[in-house]
Amino acid sequence: MSVVPISYYLVLSAILFGLGAVAVVFKRNIITIFMGIELMLNAVNLAFVAFARAHGQLDGLVFVFFVIVVAAAEAAVGLAIVIMLTKNRQSLNVERDSLLKF
Amino acid sequence: MSVPFILFFLCALLAVAGAILLIMVREPIHSALSLILVMMSLAVLYLLLGAAFIAAVQIIVYAGAIMVLFVFVIMLLNAGTEERTDWSRIAKPMGLPLAFFLLLVIARWLSRSAIAATVANGVGAPSNEGVSTRALSMALFQQYLFPFEATSILILIALLGALILARKDE
Amino acid sequence: MEFITQHPVLVVSLVKIAVLLFVVMTALAYLTWFERKVVAHIQSRWGPYFVGAHGLLQPLADGLKFLFKEDMTPPTSDKFTYTIAPFLALALALTAIALIPFGPPSVQVLGQPVFVVSNVDIGLLFLFAVTSMGVYGVALAGWSSNSKYPLLGGLRSSAQMISYEVSLTISVVGVLLVAGTLNFNEIIAQQSGAFWHWNIIRFDHGAFPQIVGFLCYMTAAIAETNRIPFDLPEAETELVAGFHTEYSSFKFAMFFMAEYANMITVSCLATILFFGGWLSPFPDGWTWQLVLPGAGLVLLGMYCGWDTFVNMRGIARLQLAVVTMLCLVGGAICLMPAVQPVIQGPFWFTTKVVAFLFFYVWTRGTLPRFRYDQLMSFGWKLLLPVSLANLVVTSFVMVLPYFGRHG
Repeated sequence: MSVVPISYYLVLSAILFGLGAVAVVFKRNIITIFMGIELMLNAVNLAFVAFARAHGQLDGLVFVFFVIVVAAAEAAVGLAIVIMLTKNRQSLNVERDSLLKF
Repeated sequence: MSVPFILFFLCALLAVAGAILLIMVREPIHSALSLILVMMSLAVLYLLLGAAFIAAVQIIVYAGAIMVLFVFVIMLLNAGTEERTDWSRIAKPMGLPLAFFLLLVIARWLSRSAIAATVANGVGAPSNEGVSTRALSMALFQQYLFPFEATSILILIALLGALILARKDE
Repeated sequence: MEFITQHPVLVVSLVKIAVLLFVVMTALAYLTWFERKVVAHIQSRWGPYFVGAHGLLQPLADGLKFLFKEDMTPPTSDKFTYTIAPFLALALALTAIALIPFGPPSVQVLGQPVFVVSNVDIGLLFLFAVTSMGVYGVALAGWSSNSKYPLLGGLRSSAQMISYEVSLTISVVGVLLVAGTLNFNEIIAQQSGAFWHWNIIRFDHGAFPQIVGFLCYMTAAIAETNRIPFDLPEAETELVAGFHTEYSSFKFAMFFMAEYANMITVSCLATILFFGGWLSPFPDGWTWQLVLPGAGLVLLGMYCGWDTFVNMRGIARLQLAVVTMLCLVGGAICLMPAVQPVIQGPFWFTTKVVAFLFFYVWTRGTLPRFRYDQLMSFGWKLLLPVSLANLVVTSFVMVLPYFGRHG
């Protein structure tokens, strides 16, 4: 049995998720926003692993595996889009991309 | 104060510090380094929770491949220092205490919920050795075979997409 | 004293880590000597000869030089990343060596195995995790120097490392299918017997020869550690010195040591996965093999002694006489009957690892280097399909009724 109660892990997961959301909302650099998204995904992974341990089933771990894989795919495509955007706009500041037409 | 407790608090502190640094630093490359710190401490936490395979996958895939991709893109695009505008003056005195209060509410609710009581009594908790790789791969290839194959197609699509999107215009 | 008996795990682990660190750092230093001597002899010259007897104190002189050189930091560099990159590279390279078993886990002191520092159930996966983090040392060093050549060298070098890392891990999965476990000690235990049971040529009930896997692994490993013929990003005639152009004195020495430590790790992994680790190539019944370590050391001591009296003069004669004494005393210790079975494991492991390191240095002295686009197309268009084909064939054979583990 885990000596550390599961609720501690869940609180940590909530803190990390909140901080990731702050990074997505408040930062201007598109790459930093992406990193906030990755932080949120990691927080969710931690919650999944904690619950998998709590219930004694490994379905949570399988889901974590899939979340990691999907995050990898999303990061690849997202960063490719960022590279394409930057080639056109010459800047990484999202506030300048607020117009749909250049 | 047993060793798992100390280790948990150390890694939790490192993870939260990394997340705060991600928000506070000016250079994107330092944000990437702090995110790597968060991922490494999360890998140790997964080990504490008995998921050794997931910890290794987290380091290999997340910290060792996805973050390398981030670092590469930062280097290629030469992402420099971020611009800062004035924050609203009410944010710090109002916002931070409110966030802390919300955190206390969540923590109190979580520790009194059914799930925490379940684990504290040891009901339904697995043995201390953690999940073996063999058991995880059995589940992955028997019960969850369709999602497994679907994600492999997803990766193929992402690969093709990234290749086409980032190609030089001829 | 009772602290030691009450906490055997902690005390024995600390002692093992200290001894391992000392041995690995000495091995790194003398690997540079070994490389310079072998490359020199390939090129028909002597190499270091004058610093100690046969140049044996050359690593010490080099270490002192690195310590006393001026440590410059480029003023426009990113200070934090610039400082942390070499530490990261060296720390990761040394961590990987802690997972390697040097001998049988049955040799124990206070109930703890002596030759195995850590017996992780997912040992192989953890080793790959540590080596995949090694890309950061190179990439961050290139970026933080804030200069053209290191940036290009760092980008090229890290792109090369992540490309060949894929082929590296896939060529090892064949061994994984044969062994059925990620634990190093169990992988070695399944190869026991004589050399025809080693994973590279094992063709009995439950295995398939992994020759193709070994060749892919060796090629990918040489590329992963940035050695000739794959060292374009750090060659001196190419991009000045690649990602470590702007580093001087101790930080440069750390990159140097990290590269050699990576070489040692990869050679250790090759012996464990394909060549039986610490097992001896002869069948267990041949008891004369127990005297081999001692006999080898005594012969080495006799050669050094002959060399002392015939060829050396002055202080070199004194130094080589000390080396002779050490070899003879070590040989005598290894010939004692109590020590003989204990020293077998580390002796065979060290022999195989030294053979691999010799192969590394041999290719360095012999082959020209790849051009960068040739290097990348080789990695993606040749090595990856061949490792995938090895994986497919191995998994197909393993499901057949006779060869499969459950068949």
